Amino acid sequence: MSFDVPEDLRYLESHEWVSTDDDTARVGITDFAQDELGDVVFVELPAESDELAAGEEFGVVESIKAVSDIYAPVSGTVTAVNEALFDQPELVNEDPFDDGWMLEVELSDESELAELLDAAAYRDQIE
Amino acid sequence: MTIYSQASWTDEDGDRYEPLLSEKASKTVDIEDSPLPDELTRDSLELPAPAEPELARHYTRLSQMNYGVESGPFPLGSCTMKYNPSFTEDIAALPAAAVHPDRPDRTVQGTLGLSYRLQDYLGRIGGMDAVTLQPPAGAAGEFTGIQIAKAYHQHNGDDRSEVVIPDSAHGTNFATAAMAGYDVVELPSGDDGRVDIEALEAAVSQETAALMLTNPNTLGLFERDIERIADIVHDAGGLLYYDGANLNALLGRARPGDMGFDVMHYNVHKTFATPHGGGGPGAGPVGVTEELAPFLPDPHVRQSDGGYEYYSPDHSIGKVHGYYGNWPVLVKAFAYITRLGDAGLADASAKAVLNANYLAERIPYEVPFGPFHHEFVASAGEQDAADVAKGMLDHGVHPPTTKWPEIVDEALMTEPTEGESKRSLDQLAAAFEAVHAEDDGTLASAPRRTAAGRIDQVSAARNPRLSWQSLDSDD
Repeated sequence: MSFDVPEDLRYLESHEWVSTDDDTARVGITDFAQDELGDVVFVELPAESDELAAGEEFGVVESIKAVSDIYAPVSGTVTAVNEALFDQPELVNEDPFDDGWMLEVELSDESELAELLDAAAYRDQIE
Repeated sequence: MTIYSQASWTDEDGDRYEPLLSEKASKTVDIEDSPLPDELTRDSLELPAPAEPELARHYTRLSQMNYGVESGPFPLGSCTMKYNPSFTEDIAALPAAAVHPDRPDRTVQGTLGLSYRLQDYLGRIGGMDAVTLQPPAGAAGEFTGIQIAKAYHQHNGDDRSEVVIPDSAHGTNFATAAMAGYDVVELPSGDDGRVDIEALEAAVSQETAALMLTNPNTLGLFERDIERIADIVHDAGGLLYYDGANLNALLGRARPGDMGFDVMHYNVHKTFATPHGGGGPGAGPVGVTEELAPFLPDPHVRQSDGGYEYYSPDHSIGKVHGYYGNWPVLVKAFAYITRLGDAGLADASAKAVLNANYLAERIPYEVPFGPFHHEFVASAGEQDAADVAKGMLDHGVHPPTTKWPEIVDEALMTEPTEGESKRSLDQLAAAFEAVHAEDDGTLASAPRRTAAGRIDQVSAARNPRLSWQSLDSDD
């Protein structure tokens, strides 16, 4: 089975992805992660203006199989939360890189991005 | 081969089961005078009003649409769903067994005497010096045991921060350690499914408050290096905690205390045939070595002047439940132990192990680890373990625990228990065989012969209906 690993994103070993646009990052979990979890039934996310610290948990994703923490790939301030996930957690399964996004974060330290895995390194990890 | 077909009672659409009692017959009760303010009261109330035969049939029908250990074999691994003999219920229901817990010690000597003897019996069965009966469940017993270990370390001026737990352990072990304020160090299993001694040596340190272990472990494998494991933990100043969930395999044959364990809990609903679940009440007694006895919960029972009395141990961790635990449950455990005696308990463990090994030989699924004790973990291989479970329901048996422990792919964790005859073990084996031969498409639509079909777990979790009232709404 092969999983979608978009080239233009950065990844954490714990299966979160980040896309960046200037000093704003969008965060979600990967296609591999949603497949491992199975049907997602609940997503718990921080509120707008909460602070995230890279490497620390910021939320919880619950599937019929497991409850997993989600880790912040970068540090910064939450500027937007994908509220659609509260009513439609299945978006995480259906479209993990687009409609299933979780947070937007204003980066406090752009150099952290260099620490993350690129698509090739992440693909190596999950294969 | 027999064909199973569960009784069911549905409406013509097939999606409503037995109606509510109030839908069958109800009457309006007028309420004349109430001392409460008018805005809080009603003038009348609709109440169910079935005749007695209707009432009896209602609950019988509901029970027919359910599946329990009185319906057929129930090999739910690590849960030990053994049949509970009903004589223990009769004894717990005797008027003499029901005394108010606030009565003075001297007027309830029989009650205290029974508690004292049960403390003693459990202590002898586990090889422990002292036992508390107070914790209200297995998980509460674990929490009590780890609190006792923590109090012991603190009393010695020794603040430790970690509890070491194998990756095959029951989930409650991790939760217990976290609830007690410890960091959990997860220990990877060795290739043989047992504790990896090198990994243990690396994980244990001056920070180790305890190692939590069940033996045999959740794969049904005996930890052969248990004495070495005990030495490693003790040499670092840590304590060894025994999770009593699998005590069924050892009854009357080996004792955790003799293996070097310092604290343990007993699951009386698994090992001593008190009822499971239903929200309780349960009991999870905890046994400890002499060194830890001063830290037991308050109160504890001891002998005094030819009788018995409650007292508070010197460095007690305090109360973990009301009074001295869930008394009727403890009476049932006492009755079971007394009825079986030493020889009966040893016979129970022998049959539990024999039954598991017989069944494992008979089924077509691979069992990657062995030889094992009272339970085994087979792998569903290319099949989905959850589908295998649903398929087995169509053959009139309860399925095993599935997909856990995770160290076996698509795990089918099976524990037939000692009470099953060869005939019911063969019925279980036939169900495994039939499901093994079925194709994925057939299994995906199972069960078909039960009152309720495949439950849509995803919708149930995404849109839970948490009260009967939501049955009336479309949403």
